[in-house]
Amino acid sequence: MFDTTWDPSKPILEIENLSISFFTRLREIPAVMDFSCTVMAGEAMGLVGESGCGKSTVALAVMRDLGKNGQIVAGSIKFKGRDLTRMSEEDLRHIRGSEIAMIYQEPMASLNPAMKVGAQLAEVPMIHQGMSRDDAWKLARQIVADVRLPDPDRIVNAYPHQLSGGQQQRIVIAMALMSKPALLILDEPTTALDVTVEAGIVDLVKDLGHKYGTSMLFISHNLGLILDVCDRLCVMYSGEAIETGHVGEVFDKMRHPYTQALFRSIPLPGADKNSSPLVAIPGNFPLPHERPKGCNFGPRCDYFEAGRCDAAEVHMSAVPGDDRHASRCVKWTEIDWNAPLKAKVVKPKTPVGKVVLKMEDLKKYYSVSGSAFGGGTKKVVKANETLSFEAREGETLAIVGESGCGKSTFAKVLMGLETATSGTIMLFDENVQSTPIQQRNTDMVSSVQMVFQNPFDTLNPSMTIGRQIIRALEIFKQGKSDEDRAARMLELLDLVKLPRAFADRMPRQLSGGQKQRVGIARAFAGGAKVVVADEPVSALDVSVQAAVTDLLMDIQRENRTTLLFISHDLSIVRYLSDRVMVMYLGHVVEMGTTDQVFSPPYHPYTEALLSAVPIADTRVIKKRIVLEGDIPSAMNPPPGCPFQTRCRWKSQVPGGLCDTVMPPVKMLAEGHQIKCHLPDDVLSTMEPVIKMAAE
Amino acid sequence: MLLFILRRLGVMLLTALALTFIVFYLTNLPPNLEKLAKSEASVRMTDDQVVSWIENNGFNAPVVSRYAQWLGVMPGWTKTLDTGEVRGRCIARGQDPATVASYCGLLQGTWGMSTVFKKPVTEVLGRGLGQTGWLMLAVMLVMVPTSLLLGVLSGMREGSRTDRVLSTFAIATTATPEYVSGVIFIALFASATTGISPLLASWGWIEGKTLFMGTATSAMDDITFWNFALPVMTIALYGIGYIARMTRASMTEVMTAQYIRTARLKGVSFGQVVLKHALRNALIAPFTVIMLQFPWLLNGVVIVETLFNYKGFGWTLVQAAGNNDIELLLGCSVVAVLVVLVTQLISDIGYVFLNPRIRLS
Amino acid sequence: MEPLTWGGVFAGMFVRFIPVWIALIVAFALSLRFKRRLGLFGKLFDSPVGMTGFGIVMFWVFTAIFADMISTMDPLGQFSGSKNALVGAALKAPDEGAYTHFLLGADHVARDVFSRMVMGARDVLKIAPAATVFAFMVGVTLGLPAGYFGGKLDTGLSFLANLVLAFPVILLFYLLVTPEIVQTGIPIYFAAVLFIFPIVFLVLLFQSRYFTNPPKRNLYVGLTLLFGLWAYSGLAFNMDPIGLFSMDPNLLNVFVSVVFVNSPGVYRIVRGMVMDIKTRDYVAAGQTRGEGPWYIMLWEILPNARGPLIVDFCLRIGYTTILLGTLGFFGLGVSPESPDWGSTIDDGRKLLSIVPHPALVPALALMSLVLGLNLLADGLREESLKD
Repeated sequence: MFDTTWDPSKPILEIENLSISFFTRLREIPAVMDFSCTVMAGEAMGLVGESGCGKSTVALAVMRDLGKNGQIVAGSIKFKGRDLTRMSEEDLRHIRGSEIAMIYQEPMASLNPAMKVGAQLAEVPMIHQGMSRDDAWKLARQIVADVRLPDPDRIVNAYPHQLSGGQQQRIVIAMALMSKPALLILDEPTTALDVTVEAGIVDLVKDLGHKYGTSMLFISHNLGLILDVCDRLCVMYSGEAIETGHVGEVFDKMRHPYTQALFRSIPLPGADKNSSPLVAIPGNFPLPHERPKGCNFGPRCDYFEAGRCDAAEVHMSAVPGDDRHASRCVKWTEIDWNAPLKAKVVKPKTPVGKVVLKMEDLKKYYSVSGSAFGGGTKKVVKANETLSFEAREGETLAIVGESGCGKSTFAKVLMGLETATSGTIMLFDENVQSTPIQQRNTDMVSSVQMVFQNPFDTLNPSMTIGRQIIRALEIFKQGKSDEDRAARMLELLDLVKLPRAFADRMPRQLSGGQKQRVGIARAFAGGAKVVVADEPVSALDVSVQAAVTDLLMDIQRENRTTLLFISHDLSIVRYLSDRVMVMYLGHVVEMGTTDQVFSPPYHPYTEALLSAVPIADTRVIKKRIVLEGDIPSAMNPPPGCPFQTRCRWKSQVPGGLCDTVMPPVKMLAEGHQIKCHLPDDVLSTMEPVIKMAAE
Repeated sequence: MLLFILRRLGVMLLTALALTFIVFYLTNLPPNLEKLAKSEASVRMTDDQVVSWIENNGFNAPVVSRYAQWLGVMPGWTKTLDTGEVRGRCIARGQDPATVASYCGLLQGTWGMSTVFKKPVTEVLGRGLGQTGWLMLAVMLVMVPTSLLLGVLSGMREGSRTDRVLSTFAIATTATPEYVSGVIFIALFASATTGISPLLASWGWIEGKTLFMGTATSAMDDITFWNFALPVMTIALYGIGYIARMTRASMTEVMTAQYIRTARLKGVSFGQVVLKHALRNALIAPFTVIMLQFPWLLNGVVIVETLFNYKGFGWTLVQAAGNNDIELLLGCSVVAVLVVLVTQLISDIGYVFLNPRIRLS
Repeated sequence: MEPLTWGGVFAGMFVRFIPVWIALIVAFALSLRFKRRLGLFGKLFDSPVGMTGFGIVMFWVFTAIFADMISTMDPLGQFSGSKNALVGAALKAPDEGAYTHFLLGADHVARDVFSRMVMGARDVLKIAPAATVFAFMVGVTLGLPAGYFGGKLDTGLSFLANLVLAFPVILLFYLLVTPEIVQTGIPIYFAAVLFIFPIVFLVLLFQSRYFTNPPKRNLYVGLTLLFGLWAYSGLAFNMDPIGLFSMDPNLLNVFVSVVFVNSPGVYRIVRGMVMDIKTRDYVAAGQTRGEGPWYIMLWEILPNARGPLIVDFCLRIGYTTILLGTLGFFGLGVSPESPDWGSTIDDGRKLLSIVPHPALVPALALMSLVLGLNLLADGLREESLKD
C-alpha cells in the first residue's frame, strides 16, 4: 500500500542470518541461530520441526512481536525490500494486518470474546484503508462468504463462542484476508481441530492463496500437511534451519540425516509393526542452553563422526543441481542416501489368544442440564450407543474417531469410573458393566489399566517418579515389603528403558516422552492384561512418538496384553493395530481387521477420514474428500443416521432412509461390519482413497 | 435467564431468613435478656424478679416462635398478668388490646422500639442510613474511578515502572485498615500539635488550628470538603488498593491473551488495543469485586463513623451493640444483610450481562 | 535527665533491637546460602519484593520471640507523672539500673509505648498465625470433598459458607465476642466443632496413605489421636488432665470467632482449586488404580494446589491481624489491659488530635506487619507463577 516501488520478481520476504535470543534473569537463551529463508511472491513456504525448534519464534520475529524478553540479535528480515528489524513501531503497525497477516493455532483464544465477529473483521480495513464503518461491515460479510461459512449475515453478528472451532478458524482466516495481505503467516492453524475439519481448512487456505496470490509462511510439525500445502519447505532443528528446498526434492532426496531420521520415524503407508517397524531417533532434543558444539543433531545422528561434526559451526551448503536446495551437514556428500535401513529387526507377529473382553449392546447415556444457569429441561447425551465387540489376548484393537465420538466415555465405562446404562461387559468371564471401580477387587483393577494422553498431566507434579510407581505397587498389593517394591519399581524403570536414577526425579525434570514412559510403567505395575491407551502419543513430537509406540508394542508382545488403542490418527492406527473400530457420535460405524477397514468398501465416514489424514509421502495419490461443516454436538445428534448431515453418498440411498432410520449393522465379510444404508452394489463401486503411484 | 434470577432470589431469601434467625438467636440469648430486664426495669432486681419480668414480656416463649412473631408471620403473643393487665407484643402501654392488629412484625413494618434512643427503630435507622448514604456516595465516587484507573494503568504494561509504583501503592493501602489510616490521617492533617497543620498555621496559610477537621460531626448538617474528606478517604483508601489490584490482575491476564496479540498484529494501535479490546474483558472481574466490596465497606463505615464521630448507620450499630439494644441491633442486621445480598444479586446479574459468553449460551 | 533527641530515640531503638538484627542476618545468610535447595521459599530470594516482605515479617517474628529482651519496661507498668510523655522523654524517677527514657513516649495512663508495641507483637503473632492454621484446616477438610464430589454435599456446604461470608464481619463480632456469649458456652461448642478438624484432617491423611501398611498406619494415626485428643480436650473444653493445654475463655472466644470468619474463604479457594485439578489425568490415573477418594484429595490434589494456598495463607495472616486489630479497636479484644495493637490504638484514639503517638505507634506497627505479609505473598505468587 505504501510501497509501490517493489518489484514483484524479487523475493517478498527475505530472512538473512537471523538470530533471536530470549533474555532471562539468569542467562541468554538463543532460540534461533543463523536462520535464512526466502519467500517469493505467490509461493507457499513451509517451516517444519518439532516443538521447541524455534519455528514459531521465526514467525513472531517477522511480525516483530517477540515480547519483552525476545530480541533479534543479528541478521535482517526484509519484507518487500524493507528491513523489518529496523522499522519503527508506527511503520510496523501499518504493515501488520494490511501487508502481513497471521493466523494462529487456537482459534477460540485468538478472537475477542466480547466483540462481535463482524466488528473484529471490519476493524482491519477501517484502520488500514480508512474505510467507513458500513463499507467495512459489507466487506466483512463478503469475506465471510468467501471463507465458505454458511449464513454470513448471522455469523457477522455472532460472538465467537457461538461458533464451532472450525468456523472460528475460518473467521480468523477471514480476518487475515480483510486487507488482502501480501504475506500470510500460519502458525499451526489446524492443530487444535479435528482431522475432517482440518481438511476443509487446508483446502480453503490453498484455494485462497491461489485466488488472492498471497505468499504464505506455513508453520507445522506435520510433514503431511506441508506436502499438501507448500511449494518449498525449511526443516528446523534446535533453532537452526538444517535443510531447505523444494518440497518434492526434500521429501524424495533429503540431504540431511535429521530429515531422513524424521521420515523414518513417521508411520507412512507400507510401514508395519512386524515387518518394517519405525525407527525412532535416539536420545532427546537438546535444551536451548545445553546445545552441543558443532552440529546440533550430532549426538543423535547415525553418521556422527567425532572431530568433524563437533568441531566447528556447520553452515548451510547448497545441493548442486536442485532448486535452491541446501543442507546444514558437513558429511552430506559422503553419505549414501539410498542405502536401505541396516539390520531391520523383523519381529514375530503375536499370536492372538482367547477372548478377554467382550462388550455387548453397551449403552452409556448422560443427563445434563439444559442451560448454563442450571435447571431447565434435562437433556440426554447418548455418549455410547449399542457398542458390541470383543478383544482377544495379545491383540491390538484400535478405536478411531474424532472429538465427541464417545471413545473416552467408553474407556471410562470399561475402567469402572462410570457404570454402563445398559448392556454387558465381560472381562475375564466376569460381568463388570455395573461394578464401579471401588467394588472391583484388586486383581481386576490391576489387570485393566490405562495410559493417558497428555504427558504433562499424567504424572502428579509434586511426587517423585519412584514414589508414584511404588504407590501403584502398594495399591496393587505387589511385593511383600518396602524393599521388595523399591526393587520392583527399578525393574519397571528398566522395562520402559529409563535410567534408574530417574526414580528420585520430579516429573518436571522429564521430557514429554519420558513422562509417557513412566505412565506406561505405572500402568504395567500390576501386570495389566488389558491396557487402554488413550491417544498415548498424539501430544508427543514425531521423533519421540515412534519410540513410545515401539515400547508399548514390545511390552505388549512380552506380556501378551490386550491393547485398546484410542486414536484419531489413522496413520499410526494402520501401523500398529490388528483390528480397527471406527466411531462417530457414539456409534460404531465400521469395524474389521486393519486391512478390511483401510480398503474399500468403506463406511462413508471412514472414507472421508482416510482422505483427510495428511500423508508425508510424495508417491501417495489421495482422493480428496472434504466433508461439509462440523461434527454435530453429541447433545443434539441428527435424526436417522448420525453421519447423514455430512455424508456425500447420501443421495445414493433410496427413499431418504438416512434422514429417518438408524442404519442396521451390516456384515460385509467375515469380521467386517458397517452401519450404513448404502446398498451392496453402491458399496462395491467404491474406489480406494489412497493409491501408491507407480514407481 | 428469568429462571436463573428466580433461583437466585430463592437462595437469597433463604439466606436472609437464615442470617436473621442467627442474629435473632444470638441477640436473644438468656444473658442478653437478663441484661435487658435489668436495664429496662431495675438494676437491683433479684433473680426471681428477672425471671418474672422475662415471662411477663413474652421472652420465655421458644425462640422459633418469637422469631416468627418478630418476622410477622405468627400472631404476636398476648398475656394477662396477675394484675389483670393485658400485655402483648403488639400492644403498646396503655393501648386497648381489642383495637390492635394481631400480627406485628418486620413484614407489617413494626421494627420495634430502640431502648437506647427511645424512638422507633425505623426512625433511628432511617436517619442513620441517610447520613451513611452520603458517606457511601462520596466513597464510591472517589474509590471506583480511582481504583479502576490505577488498575488499568498498571496492568496494561506489566512490569513497567508505572506498574511497579502503582502496585506498591496498592499493596500498601490494602495493608492499611481503616483504623490505621484514620489515625494516620488525623495525626497528619487534623492535629494541632503534629503533622502539617501546625506548620501551615504558623505560616498563616490556614485560619483555624488544623487543616482538616478531626471529626465529621458537623458534616451531618452541612457537608464541606474540610469535614468530609478525611472520613471518605479513610474508607476509600483500603478499597482503592483492593480493587486496583483486582483490576490489575484481570488487566494483565487479558493483555497476555491471544486475542490481544491478534489485535496488535492486525495493526491496532496500543491505545485502541487497551480501550477497544482489553478494557471490556478486563472489567468483568473487577465489577463483581466492587459489588462484593460492600460487606467490607460496611466494616469501614462502622470504624470510620466511630472514629470520626459521624452519627450514621455504623455508629448506630455500635451504639445498639454496645448497649444491648436488641430491637435496634436486629434492625441494623436486617439492613446489613439486605445490602449484602442485594449487591451480590446485582453482581451476579451484572456479571452475566457483561459477559456475552454466558449471556448468550 | 535530658529527653532524647530524635536521633537519640532511633539510636536507642536500634540498640534495643540488636537481637532482632542478629537473627535477621542469620536468617538471610542461611536462606541465601541454601537458596537453590529450598524450593519455592528459596526462589523468594530472587524477587526483591518477596525479600522485602520476608524481611519485614521476620523482623516482627523475631521481635515477638525476643520481646522480653527488647522491651525497656513492664508494658503494664504505670509511671506516675509521665502521662502522655512525649517521644524520648526521660523517666521522672527511674529505678536503679532500669531504662531511663520513654523511647516512644508514654500513653494516657503513663505506660511505655515502646514496650507495649514490642509486647503487642507477641500477642498478635501468637493468635493470628494459629487462627489462620485452624481456619485452613477447616476450609481444606470441607473444601476438598465439596469440590471433589460436588452434588448435594457441595450445594449444602457452599450455602453455609456463603451464609457466613454474607454476614458483615463487624456485626458477627459484635454478636459473637461478648461476655454474654461466654456465659452461654456457645464458644465452647464452636471450639468443639472447629478444633476437631485438624484431628480429622491428619487421621484421614495418614489413613488414606498407609492403609496398605497397617503397622505404619497404626503408629501415625495412633500418635495423631493421642496428641490431638489431648490438646483438643484442653483447648476446647479446658479439661486437659495434665493442664498443659488450656485457653483463657476470652481468648478462646476471640480465637474461635476469627477461625469461624476465615474458614469459608479458605473453603471457597480450596473448592475452586479442587474442581480445576480433579480433571487432570493423574487424578484419573489414581482413580483407575482404585485409590480411595481421600487419598486422591489429600495426596494427589492438595499438594498440587499448594502454591495458591501458600499465597493465600500469607495474605490471610495479614487479614487476621487486621481482624484482631478491629476487635481491639472496638474494645472486644482479648483483655482491655492487653498490649495488643488494636486495643492500644483504641486506647490512644480518644486523645488522638492532641497526643497522637500512643495510637500512631501501634498503627504503624500493624500496618508494617500486614504490608510485609502482603509483599511476601506477592513475591511468592510471582515466583510460583514463573515455573
